[in-house]
Amino acid sequence: MEIICNGVKTALDAEISLATFLRGKGLNPDTVAVECDGVIQARETYEGMRLREGMVLEVIRFVGGGASC
Amino acid sequence: MLTIAGRIFSSRLIVGTGKFPSSALMRAAIEASGAEMVTVALRRVDLNDPGDDLMTMLDRHQYVFLPNTSGARNADEAVRLARLARAAGAGEWLKLEVTPDPRTLLPDPVETLKATEVLVKEGFIVLPYMNADPILAQHLQEAGAAAVMPLGSLIGTNQGLLTRFQLEIIIAQARVPVVVDAGLGAPSHAAQAMEMGADAVLINTAIAVSGDPVRMAQAFAAAVKAGRDAFEAGLGVSGPVAAASSPQAGLDFLR
Amino acid sequence: MDFPPLFNDLQARLAAVTVREVERSLAAERLDVAGLIALLSPAADDMLPPMAKRSAAITRQRFGSTMQLYAPLYLSNLCQNRCLYCGFSADNRIERRILTIEEAEAEAAILHDRGFSHILLVAGEAPGRLGVDYLEELALRLRDKFAAVSMEVQPLSTLEYARLFRAGITAVAVYQETYDREIYASLHPAGPKRDFDFRLGTPARAAAAGMREVGIGALLGLADWRAEGVALALHLAWLRQRFWQTSFTVSFPRLRPAEGGFAPLAPVTERDLAQLLFAMRLFDHDVGLLLSTREEARFRDGMLGFGPTRYSAGSCTAPGGYGNPALSGEQFAVGDHRSLAEVSAMIRQHGFDPVRKDWDSSFQQAVAQGSQAA
Repeated sequence: MEIICNGVKTALDAEISLATFLRGKGLNPDTVAVECDGVIQARETYEGMRLREGMVLEVIRFVGGGASC
Repeated sequence: MLTIAGRIFSSRLIVGTGKFPSSALMRAAIEASGAEMVTVALRRVDLNDPGDDLMTMLDRHQYVFLPNTSGARNADEAVRLARLARAAGAGEWLKLEVTPDPRTLLPDPVETLKATEVLVKEGFIVLPYMNADPILAQHLQEAGAAAVMPLGSLIGTNQGLLTRFQLEIIIAQARVPVVVDAGLGAPSHAAQAMEMGADAVLINTAIAVSGDPVRMAQAFAAAVKAGRDAFEAGLGVSGPVAAASSPQAGLDFLR
Repeated sequence: MDFPPLFNDLQARLAAVTVREVERSLAAERLDVAGLIALLSPAADDMLPPMAKRSAAITRQRFGSTMQLYAPLYLSNLCQNRCLYCGFSADNRIERRILTIEEAEAEAAILHDRGFSHILLVAGEAPGRLGVDYLEELALRLRDKFAAVSMEVQPLSTLEYARLFRAGITAVAVYQETYDREIYASLHPAGPKRDFDFRLGTPARAAAAGMREVGIGALLGLADWRAEGVALALHLAWLRQRFWQTSFTVSFPRLRPAEGGFAPLAPVTERDLAQLLFAMRLFDHDVGLLLSTREEARFRDGMLGFGPTRYSAGSCTAPGGYGNPALSGEQFAVGDHRSLAEVSAMIRQHGFDPVRKDWDSSFQQAVAQGSQAA
């Protein structure tokens, strides 16, 4: 199956949980925010949430930046 | 002591985490600045090259994370970014930035006020970046902003306090802390802002791009402290000092 | 500093001020609270000339060479309070009178014919006889005749002020009389005015209702005028922080001889009054400063240009007294008996412009303001 993550088509072998997907990408689920099909997901749901064919994910986290000067 | 939304800060310097040559230097410079609040930005993760995670580089217990909504061009985009920041674990603090004009990056007053109203209702601690407009500061304050962040001059220009006269009015009228942001290119600019009675300043570029970010962070920390001390001690005044020996000045009618 | 401040603390601070601190404060661009205390202290008593100069310069820059003029219209001398210093006190045996709406209109017509565009409706506190309905009806009848109709009556609620604003009332004046809680209690033994805090919150309620202008003041002669002045200025600063869309004025009524024979507890001289007014101007560059006909012509003429921005003129403080000058029952004895024309002529002679209106109440929209009503 295939999902779109951060604008990139990504192939997955099987339906896995969101948390598993994030860990597989080397990300700590505790430090990212995820939008699934436009809806922000609460962190507690990451483990239970199955990724499905055609889902659109946005994975976001903090980077350096911030001040206007 | 600086108090924002009930939280006490012993440092009046807030620093940004962007534009540093390396993560190690960023960490060292922030440490040297003595800041207790740091601004951070939100971006999509590059899944092919996730790189360092800012949240693990800085101790979440040592610093209050102040995520910004940089890049937002209207209230809706800013609100979405704010919600994502909260979902990413930054808590309720938010530096609201709405900058539709990519050349000047001047904040949009109308959209900023709209977003403040929405986000305050959602429980965010909103610190809006704003032009140095005293009336806008009043409206933002009434909308529930926890502090206001007027600019000293255009972002990245290092021109210092070009908005000085409006800043004076904002500071005199404010019931929430005034944090001067943008345009502060040198420690002397920060000291001037603090001498005027600003509650805090926010610095990023001037520290991050200096030849020695750690020393520059120390310089800003010293300037902020000096400026605040001078403000609290009461600055002397320039100009002629009045003396009792002046002529009666037309007051002979008094009985 | 806490508001309202404790008078004992203020007096200790006032006594400790040095001449050097006064000099420093006089040279400052803006006066802070410490500077205000310095200029109201005994150490500043000899500094009246430089204070007058600064006050005159600030006033001219902010208000130009103008003097606004208004007249009070006394509607009623009925009062349920027993303020020991006031001619209207319920304990005094005076001829009590309340004008009917038609009589009040007739009095207003006389003031209009004399050239007034700004009138101040004044009444003792008798809400059963002269309540919001009466004031609303009168305001609706007067609003097209006058550019500004302000009022100095019993304290009301925010909703009541909003109603009267919609009816055309532009401004509310309510004086705390004294900010010293203890003296206040001793002078107001009976009636609703006993409640110090309700009265203290009144200017904020009027401002929250959207009034264009709110006037505060203290009756000078009840308590130490220096501490009173600090408290008054702090009240003004407190209001300014919360109601930025409101204009504010401060009045400086000195206790005058009145029915009841009350003698001032703490007499205030003309020099004291001048010092207080100059300090207030240096503390707040934008505030309107009022001197009424309580003061003598000589003093009012002399003070022209030094800080005051608004004078009353041709005043009668007995209800119905404009149409019938023989009527008694006045609130206090007037000190400047000149007519509007005479006062205007004096103002012009001094090179100032007598201004009879600077706003039209017909412009005003019913928009309440201020998120933090007290």
